[in-house]
Amino acid sequence: MINPTEYLPKSYRARLSTYWWLTSWAYLKFILREGSAVFVAWAVIVTLLQIHALRGGPEDYAEFQNWLRNPVVLAVNVVSLLFIIFHAVTWFNLAPKAMAVRVGGKRLPNLAISGPNYVAWAVISAAVAWIVLRG
Amino acid sequence: MANRITLEVTRYNPAHDEKPKFESYEVPLRKEWVVLDALNYIKDHLDGSLTFRWSCRMGVCGSCGMTVNGVPKLTCATFLSDYAPGPVRVEPMKNFPVLRDLVVDTSDFLVKLAKSKPWIIRKVEKPLDEEYLQTPEQLDAYKQFSMCINCMLCYAACPVYGLDPLFSGPAAIALAQRYNLDSRDQGASERMDILSQHDGIWGCTFVGECTEVCPKKVDPAGAIQQYKLTATMEWVKSLVLPRGAE
Amino acid sequence: MHKRSNEPFLWMLFSAGGVVSAMLLPIHLLLFGLALPLGWLDGPGYDRLLAILRHPVTRVYLLVLCSLPLFHWAHRFRFTLYDGLQIKHLNELINIFCYGGAVLGTGVAAYLLWNIP
Repeated sequence: MINPTEYLPKSYRARLSTYWWLTSWAYLKFILREGSAVFVAWAVIVTLLQIHALRGGPEDYAEFQNWLRNPVVLAVNVVSLLFIIFHAVTWFNLAPKAMAVRVGGKRLPNLAISGPNYVAWAVISAAVAWIVLRG
Repeated sequence: MANRITLEVTRYNPAHDEKPKFESYEVPLRKEWVVLDALNYIKDHLDGSLTFRWSCRMGVCGSCGMTVNGVPKLTCATFLSDYAPGPVRVEPMKNFPVLRDLVVDTSDFLVKLAKSKPWIIRKVEKPLDEEYLQTPEQLDAYKQFSMCINCMLCYAACPVYGLDPLFSGPAAIALAQRYNLDSRDQGASERMDILSQHDGIWGCTFVGECTEVCPKKVDPAGAIQQYKLTATMEWVKSLVLPRGAE
Repeated sequence: MHKRSNEPFLWMLFSAGGVVSAMLLPIHLLLFGLALPLGWLDGPGYDRLLAILRHPVTRVYLLVLCSLPLFHWAHRFRFTLYDGLQIKHLNELINIFCYGGAVLGTGVAAYLLWNIP
């Protein structure tokens, strides 16, 4: 760094505000994307609670279902689902940036990487739903 | 379209200012003018003490980076009429210390750039009469990252660099990748040692703004993520094979 | 000569967790958090769910589902605390809270899934 001299007494260093992430829509989207991780953790907690309730027996599980129907819990889970979907979409869209796949010397277009991810997402989700619901 | 526009320009004289302030100047609004033309008009006709960097005025030298209405831009490539009716706020590039008016201290970037060893490193030099041949595909592998003009707009856009001055930053890492991917280079391992550190590539959280503001479409964010993947594969290899086996 | 950071290991966990969270958590939360409790779909019933849970493949699947996303959260949250709140000077505490939390969650999952009564 430049040290103060007779002709250059000092420089001005602006300190980045704690609210730097509010100064642009791009920064805000970034922080929301990172914030989705909290809802990912919440979804894991709900899953752990579900396993615990299943182990506890039919009454415990029925109580757990009731808890899920509580309006506050429901609202949190709706918001969580939206954030987790936001995570999935941003994740699949960013994946091509991290992988420079070249075929025959030319770089593959982004959709060649993100497309299959979306297809896999649909197929896997359908498979899980089928296993759970087919009764 | 009106024929005048107001610019609010940062003024800072370290000899007698505690911190920067804004001064307003009214300049002609000519349809082909860029912000740099407006700044030169101010210096020529309104206030000769206004200090700013510029050189080629055509987007290849990387000297004229500043913050225009909050966004990092090359002032020679930013049309004034896009901001009509104004006012247009012109500030020095963010995340760098301000030396005077619109001029920032860029020495930190130069230190970081040198860390990346942005030159061809050879373990074994070829004799002078033998060329290093390269196919178009081999050129294509790194060409995008070679377009960097060192304008530092990516550093101005990067919140991680703003928060942690130790972070290497987008351009330095993209330029390291430019050489890593060059078929003539043999220095990838040397650069990896220096950059696969927390204040090297691992500080990056893929905000992606560096790529958005880059005037030469270098995509430094992509370069960094690709580098992370390479570094990870090297790390796995070093677990499975002893280090000396490379 | 600098020693290369071990950050790649944490980044691998973060990436794997990101993929698992993206592919599986939406359908899980949609089914078990909304559709089934609210009766939008006919549920499989307690006995069937328990039978699915008992299967060893399900238990391994659920261990992965509960563990990797937590490591994804840990890594992302750690950097959010560094950058969003600028409290990097507390980084030892942050690391313990984040990665320790993920290890703890994995432990809880392993304990719950070890044997189903």
